[in-house]
Amino acid sequence: MNWLRRGSKGETSSEPLWKEEFSVRTADERYVTRRQLTKFLVLTSLGMFVGNLWILVRSLFYKAPAYPQQNVAQIGEIPVGGVKLFNYPTKDDHCIMIRTAEDEYVSYSQKCTHLSCAVYYSQAENRLECPCHKGFFSIKDGAVLQGPPSRPLPRIVLEARGEQLVAVEVKG
Amino acid sequence: MPISNDRPPQNRGLTAIAGAMSLITVLLIVQIWLLSAALESFLSGNRHSALPAAIFSGVMFLICLGLYAFVDRVDSDVRGSDTGR
Repeated sequence: MNWLRRGSKGETSSEPLWKEEFSVRTADERYVTRRQLTKFLVLTSLGMFVGNLWILVRSLFYKAPAYPQQNVAQIGEIPVGGVKLFNYPTKDDHCIMIRTAEDEYVSYSQKCTHLSCAVYYSQAENRLECPCHKGFFSIKDGAVLQGPPSRPLPRIVLEARGEQLVAVEVKG
Repeated sequence: MPISNDRPPQNRGLTAIAGAMSLITVLLIVQIWLLSAALESFLSGNRHSALPAAIFSGVMFLICLGLYAFVDRVDSDVRGSDTGR
Protein backbone atom coordinates (compact mmCIF):
# COMPACT_ATOMS: atom_id res chain seq x y z
CA MET A 1 0.00 0.00 0.00
CA ASN A 2 2.86 2.33 -0.82
CA TRP A 3 0.64 4.51 -2.99
CA LEU A 4 -1.19 5.58 0.13
CA ARG A 5 1.98 7.15 1.46
CA ARG A 6 3.01 8.87 -1.72
CA GLY A 7 3.81 12.55 -1.66
CA SER A 8 2.93 15.03 -4.38
CA LYS A 9 6.01 14.24 -6.44
CA GLY A 10 5.67 10.52 -6.13
CA GLU A 11 8.22 10.16 -3.35
CA THR A 12 7.51 7.82 -0.48
CA SER A 13 6.88 9.52 2.84
CA SER A 14 9.31 8.65 5.58
CA GLU A 15 6.48 8.58 8.12
CA PRO A 16 4.51 5.38 8.47
CA LEU A 17 0.85 5.46 7.49
CA TRP A 18 -0.46 5.22 11.04
CA LYS A 19 1.41 8.37 12.03
CA GLU A 20 -0.17 10.25 9.15
CA GLU A 21 -3.64 8.91 9.90
CA PHE A 22 -3.45 9.68 13.63
CA SER A 23 -2.03 13.12 13.40
CA VAL A 24 -1.25 15.16 16.51
CA ARG A 25 -2.29 18.44 14.89
CA THR A 26 -6.02 19.20 14.57
CA ALA A 27 -5.72 20.68 11.08
CA ASP A 28 -4.01 17.56 9.79
CA GLU A 29 -6.64 15.38 11.41
CA ARG A 30 -9.36 17.20 9.48
CA TYR A 31 -7.47 16.33 6.33
CA VAL A 32 -7.29 12.68 7.24
CA THR A 33 -11.03 12.27 7.81
CA ARG A 34 -11.88 14.05 4.56
CA ARG A 35 -9.35 12.03 2.61
CA GLN A 36 -10.69 8.81 4.09
CA LEU A 37 -14.26 9.80 3.26
CA THR A 38 -13.16 10.59 -0.30
CA LYS A 39 -11.52 7.19 -0.53
CA PHE A 40 -14.70 5.55 0.74
CA LEU A 41 -16.81 7.45 -1.81
CA VAL A 42 -14.51 6.41 -4.65
CA LEU A 43 -14.66 2.78 -3.54
CA THR A 44 -18.46 3.04 -3.50
CA SER A 45 -18.27 4.45 -7.01
CA LEU A 46 -16.20 1.41 -8.00
CA GLY A 47 -18.90 -0.79 -6.47
CA MET A 48 -21.56 0.91 -8.60
CA PHE A 49 -19.44 0.41 -11.71
CA VAL A 50 -18.92 -3.28 -10.89
CA GLY A 51 -22.69 -3.61 -10.43
CA ASN A 52 -23.29 -2.14 -13.88
CA LEU A 53 -20.67 -4.47 -15.34
CA TRP A 54 -22.43 -7.41 -13.71
CA ILE A 55 -25.72 -6.38 -15.35
CA LEU A 56 -23.90 -6.03 -18.68
CA VAL A 57 -22.38 -9.52 -18.38
CA ARG A 58 -25.78 -10.98 -17.47
CA SER A 59 -27.28 -9.23 -20.50
CA LEU A 60 -24.61 -10.53 -22.85
CA PHE A 61 -24.96 -14.12 -21.67
CA TYR A 62 -28.74 -14.03 -21.38
CA LYS A 63 -30.55 -16.94 -22.98
CA ALA A 64 -34.22 -16.60 -23.74
CA PRO A 65 -36.15 -19.35 -21.97
CA ALA A 66 -37.68 -22.06 -24.10
CA TYR A 67 -41.42 -22.22 -23.50
CA PRO A 68 -43.45 -25.40 -23.94
CA GLN A 69 -46.45 -25.51 -26.23
CA GLN A 70 -49.61 -26.29 -24.37
CA ASN A 71 -53.24 -26.68 -25.37
CA VAL A 72 -55.24 -24.34 -23.20
CA ALA A 73 -58.75 -24.43 -24.65
CA GLN A 74 -60.95 -25.45 -27.53
CA ILE A 75 -62.00 -22.63 -29.85
CA GLY A 76 -65.56 -21.69 -28.88
CA GLU A 77 -65.24 -23.40 -25.51
CA ILE A 78 -65.88 -20.18 -23.64
CA PRO A 79 -68.52 -17.56 -24.57
CA VAL A 80 -67.68 -13.99 -25.58
CA GLY A 81 -66.79 -12.14 -22.38
CA GLY A 82 -66.04 -15.46 -20.71
CA VAL A 83 -62.91 -16.41 -18.87
CA LYS A 84 -60.82 -19.53 -18.50
CA LEU A 85 -58.01 -20.04 -16.01
CA PHE A 86 -55.04 -22.25 -16.78
CA ASN A 87 -51.43 -22.75 -15.76
CA TYR A 88 -48.56 -21.88 -18.08
CA PRO A 89 -45.60 -22.42 -18.54
CA THR A 90 -45.42 -24.33 -15.24
CA LYS A 91 -48.21 -25.49 -12.98
CA ASP A 92 -47.29 -22.72 -10.54
CA ASP A 93 -47.86 -19.93 -13.09
CA HIS A 94 -51.53 -19.05 -13.12
CA CYS A 95 -52.92 -17.42 -16.23
CA ILE A 96 -56.22 -15.98 -17.33
CA MET A 97 -57.68 -16.17 -20.82
CA ILE A 98 -60.55 -13.94 -21.93
CA ARG A 99 -62.61 -14.17 -25.09
CA THR A 100 -63.00 -10.51 -25.97
CA ALA A 101 -64.80 -10.96 -29.30
CA GLU A 102 -66.20 -13.74 -31.47
CA ASP A 103 -62.78 -14.64 -32.83
CA GLU A 104 -60.48 -12.80 -30.41
CA TYR A 105 -58.79 -14.24 -27.36
CA VAL A 106 -56.28 -12.62 -25.03
CA SER A 107 -54.35 -14.19 -22.21
CA TYR A 108 -52.21 -12.79 -19.40
CA SER A 109 -50.42 -13.94 -16.31
CA GLN A 110 -52.84 -13.76 -13.44
CA LYS A 111 -50.16 -12.50 -11.08
CA CYS A 112 -50.38 -8.74 -10.42
CA THR A 113 -47.01 -7.09 -11.08
CA HIS A 114 -47.33 -5.15 -7.83
CA LEU A 115 -47.54 -7.77 -5.07
CA SER A 116 -48.62 -10.90 -6.96
CA CYS A 117 -52.28 -10.95 -6.03
CA ALA A 118 -54.50 -12.75 -8.57
CA VAL A 119 -56.12 -10.38 -11.04
CA TYR A 120 -59.65 -11.02 -12.32
CA TYR A 121 -61.60 -9.88 -15.36
CA SER A 122 -64.19 -7.17 -14.82
CA GLN A 123 -66.65 -7.50 -17.68
CA ALA A 124 -68.48 -4.30 -16.72
CA GLU A 125 -65.30 -2.21 -16.96
CA ASN A 126 -63.65 -4.43 -19.60
CA ARG A 127 -60.36 -4.53 -17.77
CA LEU A 128 -58.31 -6.73 -15.48
CA GLU A 129 -58.45 -5.72 -11.85
CA CYS A 130 -56.34 -6.54 -8.85
CA PRO A 131 -58.54 -6.61 -5.73
CA CYS A 132 -55.68 -6.04 -3.28
CA HIS A 133 -54.59 -2.50 -4.15
CA LYS A 134 -56.91 -1.56 -6.99
CA GLY A 135 -54.39 -1.97 -9.77
CA PHE A 136 -56.17 -1.98 -13.13
CA PHE A 137 -54.77 -3.39 -16.38
CA SER A 138 -55.86 -2.92 -19.97
CA ILE A 139 -57.49 -5.90 -21.60
CA LYS A 140 -55.90 -4.95 -24.95
CA ASP A 141 -52.22 -5.18 -24.02
CA GLY A 142 -52.01 -5.68 -20.26
CA ALA A 143 -50.74 -2.13 -19.69
CA VAL A 144 -51.25 -0.51 -16.29
CA LEU A 145 -54.30 1.77 -16.29
CA GLN A 146 -54.29 2.74 -12.65
CA GLY A 147 -52.83 1.84 -9.29
CA PRO A 148 -49.50 0.88 -7.82
CA PRO A 149 -48.25 -1.69 -10.38
CA SER A 150 -45.37 -0.27 -12.41
CA ARG A 151 -45.13 -2.94 -15.10
CA PRO A 152 -47.73 -4.43 -17.46
CA LEU A 153 -49.00 -7.98 -17.04
CA PRO A 154 -46.93 -10.58 -18.92
CA ARG A 155 -48.85 -11.64 -22.01
CA ILE A 156 -49.33 -15.26 -23.01
CA VAL A 157 -49.03 -15.65 -26.78
CA LEU A 158 -51.83 -17.84 -28.13
CA GLU A 159 -52.02 -19.59 -31.49
CA ALA A 160 -55.04 -21.18 -33.06
CA ARG A 161 -54.21 -24.67 -34.35
CA GLY A 162 -57.25 -26.34 -35.79
CA GLU A 163 -59.83 -26.32 -33.05
CA GLN A 164 -57.27 -25.79 -30.35
CA LEU A 165 -55.86 -22.64 -28.73
CA VAL A 166 -52.22 -23.26 -27.92
CA ALA A 167 -50.06 -21.20 -25.58
CA VAL A 168 -46.60 -20.85 -27.10
CA GLU A 169 -44.76 -18.06 -25.31
CA VAL A 170 -44.77 -15.56 -22.46
CA LYS A 171 -43.93 -11.97 -23.36
CA GLY A 172 -43.01 -9.28 -20.90
CA MET B 1 -8.55 43.15 -9.67
CA PRO B 2 -5.83 41.10 -8.01
CA ILE B 3 -6.85 37.75 -6.64
CA SER B 4 -6.66 37.61 -2.90
CA ASN B 5 -4.29 34.85 -1.97
CA ASP B 6 -3.82 35.69 1.66
CA ARG B 7 -5.58 32.62 3.05
CA PRO B 8 -3.30 30.01 4.56
CA PRO B 9 -2.53 26.96 2.40
CA GLN B 10 -4.36 24.68 4.85
CA ASN B 11 -7.67 26.54 4.28
CA ARG B 12 -7.22 26.71 0.51
CA GLY B 13 -6.48 23.00 0.48
CA LEU B 14 -9.57 22.24 2.52
CA THR B 15 -11.74 24.27 0.15
CA ALA B 16 -10.36 22.40 -2.85
CA ILE B 17 -10.93 19.07 -1.13
CA ALA B 18 -14.48 20.03 -0.14
CA GLY B 19 -15.20 20.97 -3.77
CA ALA B 20 -13.80 17.71 -5.07
CA MET B 21 -15.79 15.75 -2.49
CA SER B 22 -18.98 17.51 -3.52
CA LEU B 23 -18.36 16.59 -7.14
CA ILE B 24 -17.66 12.98 -6.20
CA THR B 25 -20.89 12.88 -4.17
CA VAL B 26 -22.93 14.18 -7.12
CA LEU B 27 -21.32 11.64 -9.45
CA LEU B 28 -21.99 8.88 -6.95
CA ILE B 29 -25.68 9.79 -6.72
CA VAL B 30 -25.92 9.67 -10.52
CA GLN B 31 -24.16 6.27 -10.49
CA ILE B 32 -26.59 4.89 -7.90
CA TRP B 33 -29.51 6.08 -10.01
CA LEU B 34 -27.90 4.60 -13.12
CA LEU B 35 -27.42 1.21 -11.44
CA SER B 36 -31.01 1.06 -10.21
CA ALA B 37 -32.35 2.12 -13.62
CA ALA B 38 -30.18 -0.44 -15.44
CA LEU B 39 -31.28 -3.18 -13.04
CA GLU B 40 -34.94 -2.24 -13.42
CA SER B 41 -34.56 -2.23 -17.19
CA PHE B 42 -32.73 -5.59 -17.17
CA LEU B 43 -35.36 -7.25 -14.99
CA SER B 44 -38.18 -5.99 -17.19
CA GLY B 45 -36.61 -7.66 -20.21
CA ASN B 46 -34.90 -4.72 -21.93
CA ARG B 47 -31.26 -5.70 -22.34
CA HIS B 48 -30.10 -2.91 -24.66
CA SER B 49 -29.55 -0.32 -21.94
CA ALA B 50 -26.92 -2.34 -20.06
CA LEU B 51 -23.98 -1.37 -22.30
CA PRO B 52 -24.48 2.44 -22.28
CA ALA B 53 -25.18 2.31 -18.53
CA ALA B 54 -21.94 0.40 -17.91
CA ILE B 55 -19.95 2.82 -20.10
CA PHE B 56 -21.34 5.91 -18.36
CA SER B 57 -20.81 4.34 -14.96
CA GLY B 58 -17.20 3.53 -15.88
CA VAL B 59 -16.59 7.10 -17.07
CA MET B 60 -18.01 8.46 -13.83
CA PHE B 61 -15.84 6.10 -11.80
CA LEU B 62 -12.76 7.32 -13.70
CA ILE B 63 -13.72 10.93 -12.98
CA CYS B 64 -14.12 10.03 -9.29
CA LEU B 65 -10.71 8.37 -9.38
CA GLY B 66 -9.22 11.49 -10.95
CA LEU B 67 -10.81 13.66 -8.30
CA TYR B 68 -9.43 11.39 -5.61
CA ALA B 69 -5.95 11.73 -7.12
CA PHE B 70 -6.48 15.51 -7.06
CA VAL B 71 -7.52 15.41 -3.39
CA ASP B 72 -4.50 13.26 -2.60
CA ARG B 73 -2.18 15.66 -4.42
CA VAL B 74 -3.63 18.79 -2.80
CA ASP B 75 -3.38 17.10 0.56
CA SER B 76 0.26 16.21 0.01
CA ASP B 77 1.08 19.71 -1.33
CA VAL B 78 -0.49 21.46 1.62
CA ARG B 79 1.19 19.16 4.07
CA GLY B 80 4.51 19.78 2.33
CA SER B 81 4.10 23.57 2.43
CA ASP B 82 2.91 23.37 6.01
CA THR B 83 5.95 21.45 7.20
CA GLY B 84 8.23 23.74 5.19
CA ARG B 85 7.05 26.86 7.00
